Order: sequence, then C-alpha cells, then structure tokens
Amino acid sequence: MVLMLLAAALPARGQEFATFLAALRADSFADKEQAVAALGKLGDGRAVAVLTALKDGRLLKAPDGRVIISQPPNLIDPMTGEVVPDLTADALDRVHINNRLRGAIEGALGELTLFSADPAARLAAARDAVRHPSVDGAVLLEKAIAAEKEADIRAAMQQSLSAARLLSGSKQEKLAAARALGTTTDPQIKNLLDQFRAASESDPELRQAADAALASIKHRLWLVGLLANLFQGVSLGSVLLLAAIGLAITFGVMGVINMAHGEMIMLGAYAAYVCQQVFRAFLPVGWINGYLAAALPVAFLCAGAVGVALERTVIRRLYGRPLETLLATWGVSLILQQTVRSIFGSPNREVANPSWMTGGFDLIGGFTVTWNRVCIIFFCLTVLAALALLLNRTSLGLQMRAVTQNRPMASVMGIRTARIDALTFGLGSGIAGMAGVALSQIGNVSPNLGTIYIVDSFLVVVFGGVGNLLGTFVGALFLGIVNKFLEPVAGAVLGKIVVLVTIILFIQRRPRGLFAPKGRSAEAEA
Amino acid sequence: MQSKRLEERANTWSPGFWAAFGGCGAVLVLGVPILNLLVPPNSAAAIPDYLVPLLGKYVCYALLALSLDLIWGYAGILSLGHGAFFALGGYCMGMYLMRQIGARGVYGNPLLPDFMVFLDWKELPWFWWGFDHFAWAAAMIVLVPGLLALVFGWLAFRSRVTGVYLSIITQAMTYALMLAFFRNDMGFGGNNGMTDYKDILGWDVHQPSTRLGLYLASVAALGLGYLVCRFITSSKLGRVLLALRDAESRVRFLGYSVTHAKLLVFTVSAVLAGIAGALYVPQVGIINPSEFSPGNSIEIAIWVSVGGRGTLSGAIVGAVLVNLAKTWLTGVAAETWLFVLGGLFVLTTLVFPHGIIGLFRQARSARPRRAAPVAAAEEQA
Repeated sequence: MVLMLLAAALPARGQEFATFLAALRADSFADKEQAVAALGKLGDGRAVAVLTALKDGRLLKAPDGRVIISQPPNLIDPMTGEVVPDLTADALDRVHINNRLRGAIEGALGELTLFSADPAARLAAARDAVRHPSVDGAVLLEKAIAAEKEADIRAAMQQSLSAARLLSGSKQEKLAAARALGTTTDPQIKNLLDQFRAASESDPELRQAADAALASIKHRLWLVGLLANLFQGVSLGSVLLLAAIGLAITFGVMGVINMAHGEMIMLGAYAAYVCQQVFRAFLPVGWINGYLAAALPVAFLCAGAVGVALERTVIRRLYGRPLETLLATWGVSLILQQTVRSIFGSPNREVANPSWMTGGFDLIGGFTVTWNRVCIIFFCLTVLAALALLLNRTSLGLQMRAVTQNRPMASVMGIRTARIDALTFGLGSGIAGMAGVALSQIGNVSPNLGTIYIVDSFLVVVFGGVGNLLGTFVGALFLGIVNKFLEPVAGAVLGKIVVLVTIILFIQRRPRGLFAPKGRSAEAEA
Repeated sequence: MQSKRLEERANTWSPGFWAAFGGCGAVLVLGVPILNLLVPPNSAAAIPDYLVPLLGKYVCYALLALSLDLIWGYAGILSLGHGAFFALGGYCMGMYLMRQIGARGVYGNPLLPDFMVFLDWKELPWFWWGFDHFAWAAAMIVLVPGLLALVFGWLAFRSRVTGVYLSIITQAMTYALMLAFFRNDMGFGGNNGMTDYKDILGWDVHQPSTRLGLYLASVAALGLGYLVCRFITSSKLGRVLLALRDAESRVRFLGYSVTHAKLLVFTVSAVLAGIAGALYVPQVGIINPSEFSPGNSIEIAIWVSVGGRGTLSGAIVGAVLVNLAKTWLTGVAAETWLFVLGGLFVLTTLVFPHGIIGLFRQARSARPRRAAPVAAAEEQA
C-alpha cells in the first residue's frame, strides 16, 4: 500500500521539486526563502543536496534556467544527480544568501533529513524532532512515516509525531497521542507530558489521559532502573566471581592465604595484552579478532606456572602458618607488581575488545546491554561449571579433595600429596590468569590491577564460606547485586562502605561464612 | 614454678634493664639535640635541621610497630588495619592544627578551614567542635582509636573471629575507612586531606626548635609506650596473652576470659597507634586518606617481623631499620624499593622467623652463659 501511494505521489512531486528549484533563482531573498521552506516541506531526498549546497555557496545558476550544484571538480544537476559535462563553474553565477535565509535553510534541512538515504541520519532526525514539536513538523512526520520502511525508525518517528500532536492536534488526536506516549521512557517526553498536563488543567478527560501516561512512564522508568541495576549487579557479580574462583581454590580448598592472587589476575591481563600485540604485529589483519582464543590458554599457563613456582618455593614451607603465608605472599605480590612495572611501564595498557564483543543492544528504552559484559557473565559461568566438573568428576579432583580433607590418610592411600598441592595451587592461579583476560576486556590493564580486586575477592570467599564453590557463587552474585542497588541510593563510595561494614558484621555472626562446612570436613579443618 | 615467675619478674625490671633503657633513652633524648644544636653544622657528625622531623617520623613509626607487636607478637592477633588507628589519631591532631590556622588560610575565613570554604559550607560541622582546644584534641586522640578498637574488638573477639579471618576483616575495616575519608562531604578534607599547618600550642611548626620539641615528645611517647607494653607483657595478663596465642581454646577451658584479655590489649594497642599518628602528623605536615590504605597497614607487620616479633625491642629496631632503608633506597633507586620490601616479606617469614633480635639471641645462646636459659625460654614463648 505504501509503495502504491509512493508511486502515485512521485510524478506530482517531481514536478513540484522542479518548480521550487527554479524559484531559488529569484532575485528577492523573500522569494528564495519561500522556495527553501517549500523544498523543506516537500520531503524529497534530493532537496538535501540542494539546500546544503545553497548554504555553502555552491549552488550556481546556469544560463538555460537550470540550477546546478558545484561539487569540485564536477558540476551536478540536482534533478537527475548526474554530472553536467558542458559547463564550467567559472562561467556561472552563485545563488546568494543572507543570514535570514541561512536560518531557513537549516530549519528545512533538519526536517529533510527525515528523508535522507542514510538510516542513521533518519533515526537521528526522528529523535531530534521530539525536541521541537510543531504543526508543520507533524505534517512532515506523517509523510516520513508513510515513506519509512524500517520499523524502528518508523517507531521513533511515530513517537515524535505523537509528541507534536500532543501540543497541536485535535482533542481525539491528543488523547491518542497521550496514550501512545505512555510506552516510552524518554525524559524529554515526560517533560512534554508534564507541560501538557499543566496546560489541560480545564479538561478532565485530557488530564486523566496525561496522568495515565505519566504513571505508565514512571512505572516503565522504575522497571528499566530495576533491570539496569540487576544487569549491572549480575555483571559486577560475575567479575567478582571470576576474580574469586581461583581464590576459592587456593584459599577455600587449600587454606592458603594468597595475597599475590590479585597479581595472578594482573599477569593474565598482561598475557592478553601481549597476545594482542603479537597478533597485531605478526599475523594477518583479519586474525586480530581471534587473539582472545590464544590469550586464554596463554594466561592460564603463565599464571599457573607462576603459581606452581610460588607453591614450590615459598608456600610449601609455610603450610599450617597462615599468617606467615599471608605476609610472604604479600611480598611476592609486591615483587610481581614491580617486575611488571619494570617490563611494561606503569601507564595503563589498552586491550581492545574484538569486534564481536563491542557494542550492545537496546533491551528496553534507554538501557543498553553491552556484549562484553554479557560475554563475561557466560565465560564466568563456564569456568565455574568446568571447575565443578573437575573437582567432582575427575580423579585429579578426587585427589585434591582427599588431600585437603585428610592429608595423612590421602598419603597413606598412595596419593602424592606434594604434587597435588602444587597442581591445585597452579589450577587456582591459572583460573585467576583467565579471569585477568576477561577483566582486560572491561577495564584498563595496569600493574595495580590486582590490588583493586584482592580485598573484594577475599570478602567474596569469606562471605560465601570457605571451601565451597556454591558459596563463592552465591556470595559474588549477592555482593555484586547489593552493591549496584545501593549505588543509586547511597552513591558509589558510600554503597561500597555499607557493603564492607555489612560483611564485617556478617562475619561476626557467622564466622565461617554463608555456607559453613558441616560434618567431618568441618572437624578436619578445625 | 612460682619462684621462677618471681625471678623472671625481677629480671624484667632489673637494674640491668633500667640501665639499658636509660642509656638508649639518653642517646635519643640528648644525642640528637646536641648533634643538632651544639655541633657546628659543617661537621660530619652534625644532624641538620631537615633531618630532625625525619628522625621524629621514625620514632612515631617505632611506636606504631610497638603497638602492633603487642597484639601480634604476644596475643597472636595480626591486625592488618592498624594503620587505621594511626591515621585516626593523625586526623584528630590534624583537625586541631587546622583550627589553629584561624584566619591565616588562603581564603582568610576565621570560622572555617579552607577546604570547607571551598566546598561552600556555611558552618562548622558538629564533630569539629572543641578541636580549637588542645585538651579536647588530645582526649580525642586517645578516645577515637580506642573506642573504635573497643567496639570492633568486642564484635570480633566475642564471636571468636580469629587468625586469618580477623586479619581480613581488619583489612576491610581500614579499606572502608579509606573510602569514607576520600569523600569530600565527610568533612575531613577528602582527597587532599589536611595540610598547611601553622602553629601547635602557639609554636610555629616550621621552626627548627618546634620540630626538635616534637621529636623529643615522640621519643618520650615511645619510651612510655615501651614501658606500658613491657608492663603488660610481664604481668599476669601477659602470661594469659602468650597462652591464648598458642592454644586459645585451652585457655578458655581453664576459665580465663579470652575475650576480655584480647579486648583490653587490642584497645591499648590502638591507643598507642593513635598517639603515634598524632605525633606523626605535625612532623610530616600532612594527613590524608592514603594513610588508611591496606598496603600501609601490612607494611607495619613487616617492620615487626624484620625486627623480631614477640620482642618489644625488635619492633622498634625493625621499624627504624626498614624505614631507613626505604628512605635511602627510594632516594637512590626508587624502582628497587618494592623488590627489597617484597624480598624482606618473603625472607623474614621463610628464613628468619624471629627477625634480627632472634638472630642476636641465637648467637648469644650459642655461647654458654648464665642468662641463656631465660633468653631461650623467652624465645620459645
């Protein structure tokens, strides 16, 4: 139907376009202004080029009555869009403009971009139209909606049209517009409705419609806020979880306080950076998007190797002396930080998202879900599931659990406990390294990266209950979500303080965390 | 058993001890002013004016290390948030010093400190009342860290949070305080903290004589702090502390109130740390929230461990030596300092668990002497 209408309108429109174009040749500025305004109303995409050229002083008068656009080195006929071969720019007169005319051109251009060939420009124009609703705008928008083929742009136009009708339509139109506008979350439209409500104080029907629309917007805004907080909370929770999973093994399962855990994360992030640089330097351009696939195993192996070395040289000698372990690993963390600083320098290094992780999608008016956050949530769940499988379904996992629950008995059963210790610690560190790769996707990579996460990771593990992956999972998500919900109420810093104080108090109540070990393993630990 | 206790107590306050204590005190109290004031400035032995506050700083650090050693070395409570008590004492002193500036600030406001004028505040918040008077500030220096330690300790020790868990929640405490003090609307100067002091008790803080006085006050505080710690550790309470450090449940079953013993010593330790902070601030001329950072607090543990934990003199020696090395290395080759500090953490825990004092004792007990058994017993404890 739309197509048929368009086909019918086209010839008549072509005629009008030629008439108004010719009118631009007039000598009086008032005539030209009329022509410009008419071109703007026409809704013809070709007028954009003409008006832009006019504004820039590139519109020329040909002796045969045509108007020509100068687009060095060519001259172009705006009617056909083809190059005019038989004329030179020097021989032609410019169409002169003054300031008043310039204003008119800009207004007309703003309306015309609704018909631009570029969808992004059309969308921008449709959204822009909300800001200055008018009767003329409404007419133009109706035309644009009829011509528009893309659904989301049409929806934006419809919204602007409703906004325009709200101020200047008939009563029925106003009522319909108010109803239609209730489905948005745009603060500008909310202001518009507020104005509308104030203006229609005398008409109870209109006021009621406005109230209903405002209530609906408020409800939607609340919903969007809730969703945004929830998503950001889950996202923060997944980051915390990634940072803490490795610690859940080294601290939770082995009971080793590894203050260098944050530095394992940092090493992983730098591994991602190095992989990116290597891909940029030595591999074909198209491959750069795959650097993450290389970075994950590299980070796992690097951090894991450092972890095993740390266990063999330092931690092994300190089993059963947790406070000493804490201090020694803190020292190791200082050394690792300074080493990385000496190699890579202290400024932040930038790790770019692969193209498939950039951007996001608009879930509901005004709330964008970014792909990198979504990826991290899924990555984090994958790692957790893989780890749970490893611990519960493989013989290595069985041996790890055996050694942590009852070392002498495990040893008697023929398990090489020293080797299992090193492997467990390496596994925890390796997972921290992979977490570093993930964290490099959402923030800067700097030598201090680890210190940002270390306090939080410990709190997550302690909060969830030591030696319990499920506890770590619940703890991380809970802390992430609580943090994000507190932020709008109390501010980012105060929210964080409240969370810290809550955890301190919580540990007083349940010194062994949310999911305290029960039964035999609890006795073994005590 | 009883006779051995008596003998040990006599040993604790023996003339030999007083001689050593007096000797060290005299060197610190008399030596520095003499070398600073009487020796001609161009001679090699002279202490120039700019070094005096630096020495004072070390003395404050030593008192801070002593306070941590009291709870870590003797009661097994490793607080990784002791920097918080130090900083709170410092902030109380800083507030007093800010009030002494009066109308001499950049904005010349007689009622409000500069940073409040900058934030466009109209009147002094209630928690600043009274800080015009030194007596009030001095009371707060003791009360604020003391009360925080009392409340925090009561919560923690009552529910038997021990060991690593306690270390982590103390760290969370100082971290939370750091975040709080970074906020501008807390009313403590936010990011920049408080600085640009003018007077303390009517004396100009920039005058060499005032700085010498502050140094001497710090030495006096350190000496008193040392005596208090020695008194506590050699008393019956000290015995209980040692016992609960090594076997907490057993002490509890024997009928001692572990919670109260820990709480008392934790609070005393926090007060000592607060006093150290209060003396530190006028000598370095600034207090800001970075004093609360968890890294600072952990560093205190390394001073104690380098010197030898569980020995009061060790804490002092460790704090001074590590900080001397820090000052020297950050001046000569700043990059290497973190390597050295990190290495110290690893080495002292792996190779020298008893620190420098432990090494001395080992060397001494290797030679057959009459005093050896006591030293060995003390070391074992």
